[in-house]
Amino acid sequence: MIRKLLCGAGAFGASLFAATAAWAQEATAAATEAATEAAATAVAAAPAAFTPTAEMVNKGDVAWMMVATAFVLMMSVPALALFYGGLVRTKNMLSVLMQVLTIVCVAALVWFAWGYSMAFTSTGSPFPKLFGGFDKAFLAGVDVTTLAATFSNGVYLPELVFVMFQMTFACITPALIVGAFAERVKFTPLILFVVGWLTLAYFPVAHMVWYWAGPDFLPAAPDDTGLLWGWGALDFAGGTVVHINAGIAGLIGCLVIGPRLGYRSEPMPPHSLVMTMIGASLLWIGWFGFNAGSALESNAFAALAFINTFVATAAAGVVWAIIEQIVHKKPSLLGAASGVVAGLVAITPAAGFAHPGTAIILGALASVVCFFFVTTVKNKLGYDDSLDVFGIHAVGGIVGAIGTGVVADPALGGQGWIDYTAPVAKAGVYDMAGQVMTQIWAVGTTVVWTGVVSAALFLILKYTVGLRPSADVETSGLDITEHGERAYNY
Amino acid sequence: MKFIIAIIKPFKLDEVREALGAIGVAGMTVSEVKGFGRQKGQTEIYRGAEYSTNMLPKVKIEVATSDDLAAQVVETIQQTASTEAIGDGKIFVLDLASALRIRTGESGDTAL
Repeated sequence: MIRKLLCGAGAFGASLFAATAAWAQEATAAATEAATEAAATAVAAAPAAFTPTAEMVNKGDVAWMMVATAFVLMMSVPALALFYGGLVRTKNMLSVLMQVLTIVCVAALVWFAWGYSMAFTSTGSPFPKLFGGFDKAFLAGVDVTTLAATFSNGVYLPELVFVMFQMTFACITPALIVGAFAERVKFTPLILFVVGWLTLAYFPVAHMVWYWAGPDFLPAAPDDTGLLWGWGALDFAGGTVVHINAGIAGLIGCLVIGPRLGYRSEPMPPHSLVMTMIGASLLWIGWFGFNAGSALESNAFAALAFINTFVATAAAGVVWAIIEQIVHKKPSLLGAASGVVAGLVAITPAAGFAHPGTAIILGALASVVCFFFVTTVKNKLGYDDSLDVFGIHAVGGIVGAIGTGVVADPALGGQGWIDYTAPVAKAGVYDMAGQVMTQIWAVGTTVVWTGVVSAALFLILKYTVGLRPSADVETSGLDITEHGERAYNY
Repeated sequence: MKFIIAIIKPFKLDEVREALGAIGVAGMTVSEVKGFGRQKGQTEIYRGAEYSTNMLPKVKIEVATSDDLAAQVVETIQQTASTEAIGDGKIFVLDLASALRIRTGESGDTAL
């Protein structure tokens, strides 16, 4: 049944791709199209014979991308770990920190072993639109001389830089999931889940959304892209790949594992909102690496992503506080911090496409929708998404992913889409309604793919090794029972 | 001798301590306590989760005094700790059977 569904999606993709090509022709006919910045700096080269050389690597790009890589790692440890850790009860603080830290370590190794190859190659795979093969497993063939494409013709990064930058994304995404079932999961089964989920959900979705041959190679091989990239779906820094992917996996996880003992009958207040504040602030700073780094170059598009990451987040934080002032009569720190994260999530797919003005609107909208989900929908439906991974990451990610189709419109000051199948990349004609539909299809594909994979993995683990500790262990807290230590000894 | 227990608002502690020092109270024991009375507690909201805490933080002062001073101590605490709002606290006065200073072995009023 899954395969049937995929075939259907593939057929849809093919038809959409044909439509994209048609737009491209129109664009060629219309000689009034402004040349993109990419085109301005590009070298005109015969696509078939193109070979990137070491001279196409810019030291400024390399420096920026390595700094951005370290920033994104900081988002996982310590930022996400502290953000989540502060929100749980004292007795489970270390379990959350340990889960995040271990997931980062394991994901980095899995990325080296087979992740990069599955996500960013298209050879040696039975379904090259869905995931790559193992030709670059253990970074085979990747060395200091190999290069990775950027979004500009004739501009390259050392492949190792690209491997590392993307590695940090593979580290943070599974770490996001643990918030949904914090305080009630066994450690080792969780790590097994992460390895399986990276392999079957994260790498394929990353491949479908982000894999493409690069601007100098696409004209000769216009079909050498991931499925959603080929549809024309826009996801600048990972709204679908990171946030919707993790948010849906979290929701499935908390449904399979069930609510915490005492959920809704005893108080479970956060044990340290100070930690949460530190974590949220470091997330924001790290997110500049995440979003602006996703430009892959040190240029004006990186700056655009940077300012959008700044202002959309600011708007979201303010709006959440205002809503709380109206609804609860008091603006809370946790509320403002939640708004900040919701804004960061929502602007992620749109960071390099939106005008700062529309980015502000997108961030504000995400706060409103996420507030509604974490306060009203969650209480109505009764699922125990402990730290609101679904309510903020999936919901905020969906708002952002669909909103990207609107804010990317050049008529609203957006960047539109770039036609990379032309010998030199140039702006394509923008159709907002069509783009929004494409975004919705990309969201739907991600939700279904990660939903099915996550449900299968969680259920297998639940009925084999078990996912949930005993009631006794859960009551005592995971720190002392699972890890043999306490967060605070005083 | 009397043993006086006063439950007051935490921010009033310094004022009460100074006022009691001024009328000759030589020592007291202070602890942070929680409880409720007519003031019913407060609601905490963490995202969608509402918790009403019915225990509020207070400060408990314990003072042992001679019979002569007891009435003045009670009056002083009442005057300095009052904000004329609910939650100001209560003062309890108990008869004290004996007192002993551990260092010297003195007992009675001289031990206070």
